Amino acid sequence: MTGAHWDKAAISVQTEDFDPGAELSRLGQAGDCGAVASFIGQVRGDATAATAGVVALELEHYPGMTERSIAEIIQQAQQHWSLQAARVIHRIGRLHVGDRIVFVGVSSRHRADAFAACEFIMDYLKTRAPFWKKQWDTRGVAQWVDARESDRTAAARWQHEYAAKDFVEFP
Amino acid sequence: MITVKLFARIREDLGVGELSLPVADSVRDLRDTLCKERGSRWADALLSPQVIIAVNQQVAALDDQLSDGDEVAFFPPVTGG
Repeated sequence: MTGAHWDKAAISVQTEDFDPGAELSRLGQAGDCGAVASFIGQVRGDATAATAGVVALELEHYPGMTERSIAEIIQQAQQHWSLQAARVIHRIGRLHVGDRIVFVGVSSRHRADAFAACEFIMDYLKTRAPFWKKQWDTRGVAQWVDARESDRTAAARWQHEYAAKDFVEFP
Repeated sequence: MITVKLFARIREDLGVGELSLPVADSVRDLRDTLCKERGSRWADALLSPQVIIAVNQQVAALDDQLSDGDEVAFFPPVTGG
């Protein structure tokens, strides 16, 4: 766990699964907490007419920069919303359909801060934290996942909404 | 020396994840040296406008200056979460 900028932030990049219930309980015990909001991302099967279904993902990351960039994202969230604690867990290595990939959880006194900060952290993580997904389909064919324009748009929205200079967009 | 790190599709396309190079004046100089000395596959991978460059684990610009001991990473747009 690293709390680079704020002692109530905890970040883990790990191969093993996590226990959402335990994480939520811990967040709920942080300070004068009246609200806990969280997001869990899982591996989708993603079968379409054009592509065979996904059976597995391999998550690669940039050790060091990953943790640092998540810490910076949490720090930005903490500057804009009143938070009691924040927790980010991101798994790496080989994951299968239905497996949990990512956990983002925050606690605050009131729900508005918790909802907004949780969504902000997730939007920024998707466009700024150096992780890359490679997927295997049912035919055994592997390919790198392309970045999605919708993720970029989701992250850019916070800049418009808050007109905050420090919500810098990833190049 | 400069430590160069490559990730994901770029690492796979070029068959190497990390290398050491003599120090260059700027990120652009380092990139151009790699492209010139190592051939068209490197140029294709590193000159793509989508490539993100980080110096010492912070996103950097081509004109940023380099010093001895810096770590420079080239990687494609991120796809985590």
